[in-house]
Amino acid sequence: MLIPHPLLGLRDAQEFTYLGDASLIDRPEGSDEAALADYVYLRDNPAGLHRELWFHEQGDRSWLVVTRNTLTHEIVSAELARDVALARKEGVA
Amino acid sequence: MKFSGFRVFAEAMRGHKGWRPLWRDPEPQPGYDVVIVGGGGHGLATAFYLAEVHGIRRVAVLEKGWLGSGNIGRNTTIIRSNYLLPGNQPFYEFSMKLWEGLEQAINFNAMVSQRGILNLFHSDGQRDAYRRRGNAMHLSGADAELLDQDGVRRMYPWLNFDNARFPIKGGLLQRRAGTARHDGVAWGYARAADQRGVDLIQNCEVTGFRIENGTVRGVETSRGYIAAGKVGVAVAGSSSRVMAQAGMRLPIESHVLQAFVSEGLKPAIDGVITFGAGHFYVSQSDKGGLVFGGDIDGYNSYAQRGNLPVVEDVLEGGMALMPRIGRARLLRSWGGVMDMSMDGSPIIDRTPVEGLYLNAGWCYGGFKATPASGFAFAHLLATGQSHPTAKAYRLDRFARGHVIDEKGVGARPNLH
Repeated sequence: MLIPHPLLGLRDAQEFTYLGDASLIDRPEGSDEAALADYVYLRDNPAGLHRELWFHEQGDRSWLVVTRNTLTHEIVSAELARDVALARKEGVA
Repeated sequence: MKFSGFRVFAEAMRGHKGWRPLWRDPEPQPGYDVVIVGGGGHGLATAFYLAEVHGIRRVAVLEKGWLGSGNIGRNTTIIRSNYLLPGNQPFYEFSMKLWEGLEQAINFNAMVSQRGILNLFHSDGQRDAYRRRGNAMHLSGADAELLDQDGVRRMYPWLNFDNARFPIKGGLLQRRAGTARHDGVAWGYARAADQRGVDLIQNCEVTGFRIENGTVRGVETSRGYIAAGKVGVAVAGSSSRVMAQAGMRLPIESHVLQAFVSEGLKPAIDGVITFGAGHFYVSQSDKGGLVFGGDIDGYNSYAQRGNLPVVEDVLEGGMALMPRIGRARLLRSWGGVMDMSMDGSPIIDRTPVEGLYLNAGWCYGGFKATPASGFAFAHLLATGQSHPTAKAYRLDRFARGHVIDEKGVGARPNLH
């Protein structure tokens, strides 16, 4: 698989390590144990488009949010996770 | 029709004209006591034990495709009980005992072959870990022997003992482990369940659950509504998809695991061997093909096929361990979709929906568990209580902090 890095262009997926669902960016605040357990352990695990976190470990060490189809492995888009997180914060504010 | 040596002989005399299909192809009835979703190894085994052990015969197994079309026919056929943790090892040893009596229980030749599994170690630390694992196996009543380098050399003199980076220092041997004919296991359970009155309904996809006041009443399927007293879901690989129809999110990610088989060779490897320094496991099928595999690809996938970097990684492991397989040609590779759970261990439990039960999260260890998984799931469905060997496989163990993490890597499904 080739991941279209927003800064570096097409990069081999082998340069990345995989973390999982991009919703992991939204860590719940506060001391609600049930919400934290859901955050740590439960996943949507969709068959189809999946937004997920990849770390460019053997490259520029940036985190990406990659949108990929889990049925075909087709990669639709890749964004810097930092941009995604900032956009979400602005959306909340 | 009972299978026996005499039967084969009699059929040979009659030109093999007396063989019949192994199971019926019934139309779904309006309702059943128990509906099992998923006609793979675990679902079929569950149906068999429901009928055989608990006398519950108004049972249907609903399968979206054909029986045994998922991971039961895609694995590398290894059976073993060499786990470490108390929540796991007694369950897998129970499974091993069921394997040992399986062919008599279901009157079907599943080609269970206790040819032994040898887990190699390559460092002092690994030796200590395997000694501990062997002791844990003994505690559950399983067999285990720690071999030194000479012991391994006597079994497999052709291994690459003097690999510069990962020399072989010894191995943990379980002689009762081995292999079984994976399709045969599915067919054998299917036939035995069918003979006891279970309806095996193929090409019947579950499209929804009918839930009233928190209790499941039946399932919507591509062949109409089917009422059910209880519903058991055993669809590893697709658990999240199916349970989403009941409004549940699971502690599971689906990942692809590849497996490989070489061209047929003369007898070369008479047991199961695993590499301790990389992830590579191999056995030789009775047809002669080397059957082997390694790690999952590591990203969410429902594709039933993987990518080439893992192919390279697995073959590198194989070449490091046994350079002589380098001249064999690869015949085929394929992928299966694994329910990778958040602690690497399975789930056999009730769900928040009354009457709806879940059997899931087998990661890439589901095949060896087939008999015990079916036995324990049938026990749960019939009695409402967890089977004594499966008490730890609770769905809520994650939130409670009672995870069963053999590898100790935390909630990272792609690392288990």
